[in-house]
Amino acid sequence: MSMILLIEQALNGLQFGVMLFVMAAGLTLVFGVMGLINLAHGSLYMIGAFAAATVAGLTGSFLLALAASLAAAAAAGAIVEIAVIRRLYARDHLDQVLATFALILIFSEGTRWLFGSFPLFLDTPDWLSGPVELPGGILYPAYRLGIIGVGLAVALGLYLLISRTRLGIRIRAGESDREMIAALGVDISKLYTLVFALGAALAGLAGALVGAIQSVQVGMGEPVLILAFVVIVIGGIGSIKGALVASLLVGLTDTMGGFLLPIAFAQVMEPANAMLLGSALASMLIYILMAVVLIVRPSGLFGVRS
Amino acid sequence: MTLKTIVTAGVLTALGATTALADVKVGMITTLSGGGAGLGIDVRDGFMLAVEQSGRDDIEVVIEDDQRRPDVAVQLADRMIQSDDVDVLTGIVWSNLAMAVVPSAVAQGKFYLSPNAGPSALAGRGCDQNYFNVAWQNDNLHEAAGAYANDAGYTNSFILAPNYPAGQDALTGYKRLYEGDLSGEVFTQLGQTDYAAEIAQIRASGADSVYFFLPGGMGISFLKQYADSGVDIPVVGPAFSFDQGVLQAVGEAALGVRNTSQWSKDLDNAANVAFVESFQAEFGRLPSLYASQGFDTANLLISAMDVADVDDQDAFRTALEAADFDSTRGDFAFASNHHPIQDIYVREVILEGDVYTNAIIATALTDHSDVYAAECQF
Repeated sequence: MSMILLIEQALNGLQFGVMLFVMAAGLTLVFGVMGLINLAHGSLYMIGAFAAATVAGLTGSFLLALAASLAAAAAAGAIVEIAVIRRLYARDHLDQVLATFALILIFSEGTRWLFGSFPLFLDTPDWLSGPVELPGGILYPAYRLGIIGVGLAVALGLYLLISRTRLGIRIRAGESDREMIAALGVDISKLYTLVFALGAALAGLAGALVGAIQSVQVGMGEPVLILAFVVIVIGGIGSIKGALVASLLVGLTDTMGGFLLPIAFAQVMEPANAMLLGSALASMLIYILMAVVLIVRPSGLFGVRS
Repeated sequence: MTLKTIVTAGVLTALGATTALADVKVGMITTLSGGGAGLGIDVRDGFMLAVEQSGRDDIEVVIEDDQRRPDVAVQLADRMIQSDDVDVLTGIVWSNLAMAVVPSAVAQGKFYLSPNAGPSALAGRGCDQNYFNVAWQNDNLHEAAGAYANDAGYTNSFILAPNYPAGQDALTGYKRLYEGDLSGEVFTQLGQTDYAAEIAQIRASGADSVYFFLPGGMGISFLKQYADSGVDIPVVGPAFSFDQGVLQAVGEAALGVRNTSQWSKDLDNAANVAFVESFQAEFGRLPSLYASQGFDTANLLISAMDVADVDDQDAFRTALEAADFDSTRGDFAFASNHHPIQDIYVREVILEGDVYTNAIIATALTDHSDVYAAECQF
């Protein structure tokens, strides 16, 4: 095992982590501000990817495709918030889970109806394809470096938005006391729609960015959704900072675990068994991480509610 | 049972017609939603095309979606066996689902015709006289790839597959005929979409070839990421990673890749030419190997219905064993464990107009069966 391989795997973990963050940020915002569990977040991720694949197919421009993913997911998010989600804020979490699960089915079948069951083509742009050489002779795909850059920019942007702007003040106020800011004259329903659309747009962006290196297909959002929930539980529900730390933790644990565990087991048993046992244990690692964090800090790393 | 079949049955009974054969009710459990839906849809479309072309009205097919979940598949199978009272089950794409459904279905006296999954556990000691595999035993295409790797002069392969029954069969199959060394062997998760970690290991491994079995969306992700990583070690795969359903999404990254298959759209036999043409006319897309397997499965069933009554299980089984139908693969016969004996080809991904597809360049294995047949005792 060389140093180069180790660093490359760490970069992979970092890239996976920031992508999870972009996905989880919207989920945790929506939960923090509105107290809503949104299972349909993965569908918004899928909508972003399909919008990007469609626009890239029509125009050939990757930047336009990214813009389309943001716009389509934000629009879908706003429509869903106004038409369905708005009626759920006062209900308990089980009703929210049921309704947003129904939304998953509607979005999945609707997308299948529009685009068919076969995966769509979306590729990385020419100017970001292929590897670049990093200091130390590490070859790393330029596109994945780009993803890391976008993810960190989103994290910085969200930090500035929440700590420095009027909208951010309202979001923070909404998190700590919903009734009070409504009483102070803030148009709470507009704020909710805005926050929901923002979260949706981020999910759509994640879908488009990931779609270019994975496959754009119906149902692509659900596996990521589960990981995003793990992230917000570890980070503390409602905390953007927690989501960032937890995303990086989950990304690195998953990647490095999958890589190092089989090697570690191979020291003490024969390679085939080490491989099987190592990969089986590696796929459990993030859930073990979640369990440990919850035992030590029941409300997550940066959680405030108990 | 439809009204029409009830009426037909009633009339025949009234006439005392003893020569008429009973209707056959088929339960199809396959993946029609989620990540693996393309495969199930192809199986279904191929199967139904053959039923339609036969012009028979004594086959009733009940189709249900298993969502690629073993628990759902088991529930559907129970319902089809207990309340729909089907005679024959078919359709399952994924080996882990087949393992959950097939043993109990055949134990309850139903026939199971597999249009895709062929786990080793059902080919050897766990075989059953009522279980027929019309596609391949899971190891087959991988064995062919191992044989091809020898021919191509590869001596140091890096191999990877998802950690589920078919993935384990895949790597076992590749290693069976491959004579070189392995620079690495990796099991990924089923449904995994990011292969950055595995590609980094491939880059560091010093391999001279990469063999991977990643069906459906997994293969698309892997190939795109592999092309983007700048690693230029040649890849070889089974047809599943390069079938018609995924090629368009992979695009240029797949061009020129060699893969092994028991079927290809350019196989030159009358049954296949007619199949490819009618499938395209009916569905507006090129058929995949999954579609050809669904089509062959239905034609096998129909060929048995022509000569035997499904209620006379022994006669019907003998009729199935004869495999007296025109396969899209050309020669086709069953080995003693009810798995195919067939040729396996090496194909290359080409660009035909603006459609990516495959063309046969060589034959990897001739009249190939599987190693588990000897262990199978009915």
